[in-house]
Amino acid sequence: MTVDGSAKAVSMGDSLASFDSEFVQLLTPEGKRAEHPEYFLDLPAEDYRALYRDLVLVRRIDAEAIALQRQGELGLWPSLLGQEAAQVGSARAVTDNDYVFPAYREHGVAWCRGVDPLDVLAFWRGVSHGGWDPSEKNFHLYTVVVGAQVLHAVGYAMGVQRDSALGPDGTAVLVYFGDGATSQGDVNEAFNFASVFNAPVVFFCQNNQWAISEPLARQTRIPLYQRANGFGFPGIRVDGNDVLACQAVTAQALRTAREGGGPTLIEAYTYRMGAHTTTDDPTRYRLASELQEWQGKDPLLRMRTFLDHDKLAGQDFFGDVERESDELAARVRSGCVSMPDPQPSAIFDHVYAERHALLDEEREQFTAWIDSFEESAR
Amino acid sequence: MSQITLVKGLNSGLRKALENDPKVMIMGEDVGKLGGVFRVTDGLQRDFGEDRVVDTPLAESGIIGTAIGLALRGYRPVCEIQFDGFVYPAYDQIVSQLAKMRMRSLGHITLPVVVRIPFGGGIGSVEHHSESPEAYFAHTAGLKVVACANPADGHWMIQQAITCDDPVIFFEPKRRYWEKGELGTSVAPDPLHSARLVRSGTNCTVAAYGSMVKVCLDAASVAEAEGASLEVIDLRSLSPLDMETLSSSVRRTGRLVTVHEASVFLGMGSEIAARVTEQCFYSLQAPVLRVGGYHTPYPPARLEENYLPDVDRVLDAVDRALAY
Repeated sequence: MTVDGSAKAVSMGDSLASFDSEFVQLLTPEGKRAEHPEYFLDLPAEDYRALYRDLVLVRRIDAEAIALQRQGELGLWPSLLGQEAAQVGSARAVTDNDYVFPAYREHGVAWCRGVDPLDVLAFWRGVSHGGWDPSEKNFHLYTVVVGAQVLHAVGYAMGVQRDSALGPDGTAVLVYFGDGATSQGDVNEAFNFASVFNAPVVFFCQNNQWAISEPLARQTRIPLYQRANGFGFPGIRVDGNDVLACQAVTAQALRTAREGGGPTLIEAYTYRMGAHTTTDDPTRYRLASELQEWQGKDPLLRMRTFLDHDKLAGQDFFGDVERESDELAARVRSGCVSMPDPQPSAIFDHVYAERHALLDEEREQFTAWIDSFEESAR
Repeated sequence: MSQITLVKGLNSGLRKALENDPKVMIMGEDVGKLGGVFRVTDGLQRDFGEDRVVDTPLAESGIIGTAIGLALRGYRPVCEIQFDGFVYPAYDQIVSQLAKMRMRSLGHITLPVVVRIPFGGGIGSVEHHSESPEAYFAHTAGLKVVACANPADGHWMIQQAITCDDPVIFFEPKRRYWEKGELGTSVAPDPLHSARLVRSGTNCTVAAYGSMVKVCLDAASVAEAEGASLEVIDLRSLSPLDMETLSSSVRRTGRLVTVHEASVFLGMGSEIAARVTEQCFYSLQAPVLRVGGYHTPYPPARLEENYLPDVDRVLDAVDRALAY
């Protein structure tokens, strides 16, 4: 069985790899613009520069967070390294009326939605389970149970339908998950609910090739975007390291959803260049050569090359971005280490919206317990 | 006053809730044209439309997960899980998402979702149709758990659960669905999370909920003929528990027997026994005794009357308590 299984895995890997070329790409790894018959993106120079700035800053937040975890300031950190273009491109396609559901690695999306990086770090520091007001940013909290949020997104989209909030200026829902999540029942149920109810939702799957140590071949025997066919809505694969293609494809899918055209599955074909989280050791399960290959497709470098080559930005711009990145890094570091712990009694806060006799009783006992130490210390 | 069944009581309560608040929705399997397999939602889709009474795909996790999303958008979904034994596919969404999201959001999010679950045995059905999973949910912080026992409570409690801003797991004793009682519309309903003294007595308190309230009332009638006076309490709310009503009764009678269909081991009776022992230690004349199901899967229907607590098993426990 073991021998058969691994043999199968190898051949599956091969067949998956053969689909690599089937994706929407508007910017090649060499930083050259590419044509696509259905998708195009023609932005003013400042918008290209803004995308590059986003890519740089979210990569910097990520680097600082990894360092902070190594210094004991964060409990855990899932790096987005390599997935910046997928996150920034898709998130910059979102309008103010749209609503976004992240998984837990979407620090780049959080950035684009205006969530303070320190609020994201508060989660990984163990200060709170979620540090921002979702309705203020139209950005839901991180969900750690893999795939659970995809159903929430579909339900939210069903609410949008009932509010008659569709139309060109209406609301679409964008939900993020990974290749591993596509194996979850919840994600498949979400696909089906969305299809049956024609819900205005865009499923954005960042296929970063690895679910911790398990390769794509352990999750699927067909390219992930083709799963959509079986559920009755379109699926499309985009070069996930191409910020322009990610923005163009997501914008189109959100438009379709807003205008009542139903769901789309986008598979952003990308690569998790770092570890799954700071507790992981990818050298145990993947080859260095694979990482090197993907480093050649780096989402930041190709955008910088493009800006340089097409003379869309000069040295002063790159210098400004670098300075801003340094300032942001300093703010993230100092903000993180000086973040206070919550009051102990916060354990009991917000468990219920209304009174609960047991919780009231236990809060009282806990407060008396804590106070007893303060009294004896006097 | 006219007598109605528990099904009718629930149905009219749901109808009121749909009338009172346009954000209230019903979702589940077969809740539309069919009116639910027990007809609890009969006629509601016809009168409130397919957008408000939604026949969902056959996927319990999907029902609860999308209900959470609808609640995030401002709706108040009432989900029907067709049978107790089918709630487990939704367990993750209930326990990890529905129960915890408010705390996760530091109070920014409110999820007023009701999950209706017909529970318990006694209807001669096949496997997975007769279970009592209430303790799993009562153990989970962030959820409120209630069980109705009669048509009037079905009518009022479902409306109270729907207006509650917390998620409520709402257990309906399916073997009582067709039993009749007074609706009592002129009386203001008791608070959702209060227990109710349903029969006064002096020798021993018997506490139950759902289907077992009737069994305990029947046991009290038999006991009376035999010269023992039982006080019967319908707990109604399992999380939070109304310990005040329960403890004040036990302080008067000095004895407590708990009764439920669910297994005794780590069941609601175990928690109640521990709390009553802490709160009424000097009033107790006997240890708290628990009557309930055995530590077995729910048996095939031909054996269920051996599994389910009945008048004799309640009285046997009462006798043992009185013999101390």
